[in-house]
Amino acid sequence: MGTLNPLWFFMKKSMTVALFGITISDRYATVYSLTGTSMSPTFTTSSPGFPGYLKGDIVLVEKFCLEKYKFSRGDVIAFKSPSDHKREFVKRLIALPGDSMQIPDTSDILKIPEGHCWVEGDNKEFSLDSRHFGPIPLGLVQGRVTHIIWPPQRISKVERKVAMERVRST
Amino acid sequence: MSTAGSRIASFLGGAAARFGKVPWREIREEAFDRAVLVLKAACFVHVVNTYVVGIAFVRGPSMLPTINLTGDVVAVERVSPRWGSLAVGDVVILLSPENPRKTVAKRVLGLEGDAVTFLIDPARGSASQTVVVPGGHVWVQGDNIYSSRDSRQFGPVPYGLIQGRAFCKVWPPEAVGLIGQKL
Repeated sequence: MGTLNPLWFFMKKSMTVALFGITISDRYATVYSLTGTSMSPTFTTSSPGFPGYLKGDIVLVEKFCLEKYKFSRGDVIAFKSPSDHKREFVKRLIALPGDSMQIPDTSDILKIPEGHCWVEGDNKEFSLDSRHFGPIPLGLVQGRVTHIIWPPQRISKVERKVAMERVRST
Repeated sequence: MSTAGSRIASFLGGAAARFGKVPWREIREEAFDRAVLVLKAACFVHVVNTYVVGIAFVRGPSMLPTINLTGDVVAVERVSPRWGSLAVGDVVILLSPENPRKTVAKRVLGLEGDAVTFLIDPARGSASQTVVVPGGHVWVQGDNIYSSRDSRQFGPVPYGLIQGRAFCKVWPPEAVGLIGQKL
């Protein structure tokens, strides 16, 4: 029994830490490690595999915005992929519900439907985004990317880039 | 006068002494322990509610006769949507694609790749339409096809909007029972 007690104590402590950690990461803020090139040059690429993960950007994602689903055009958001719920994407929010927007590379004007938004990667050539799957429901959004927190030399705030002439709010 | 003054002084002195004897350190430690305990309980509730099972209040005409017009409390399990083991006929809770702050209950009538045939306007004639549900999406409809806003209006919804599977009614007492699969 004497040898079991420290182990039990350690397990209880780690359970507590896990409970707090999961709750905070679900409700308030979490961190993502980014892969892929769709958001360069805002975020740097990390190659898959072990050493690559350490070279890519790790970002802070806040979740307070989910309370009222208040976003601004130009925010960088994380959302579940509309075609695969196990994957999450990080893209820039271009247009909000009710906005009129010119679809890239066409002259068509699209009115974003209620409860949806239009997302695009910063790197237009290598990005799978609303240009392929159309406007996405806001319910898929998981949070707003606010800061780069790793690697140390790149620690900074993620800037909003309000898009362009092609979006008109109504 | 001097006796009254000394009495007050001794009273104040006694109060100070008693104040000094209060075990502030222990009180502080105990308060901290209690606060941590409350926080831990809140976190535990959150984790269970998010990953295992929670409850939801569902009302409105769209799921009649399965769920009552005035509202039923249902138990919602979070495991099968996470594991992707939802089946056709399950009742699910999902964020409305038209308003992310609203949660709605609907029945899954088609998974990705399924062909779904539905009446365009059941109140007016029997014109029907068939669609194939795209990858990563589901087709959801209310049980009351005459009064439900669902995939017939807004199309197939992404699987990621599903918050859980409603499997059991828990309140009011006369309605308690499992919610079965139905086609």
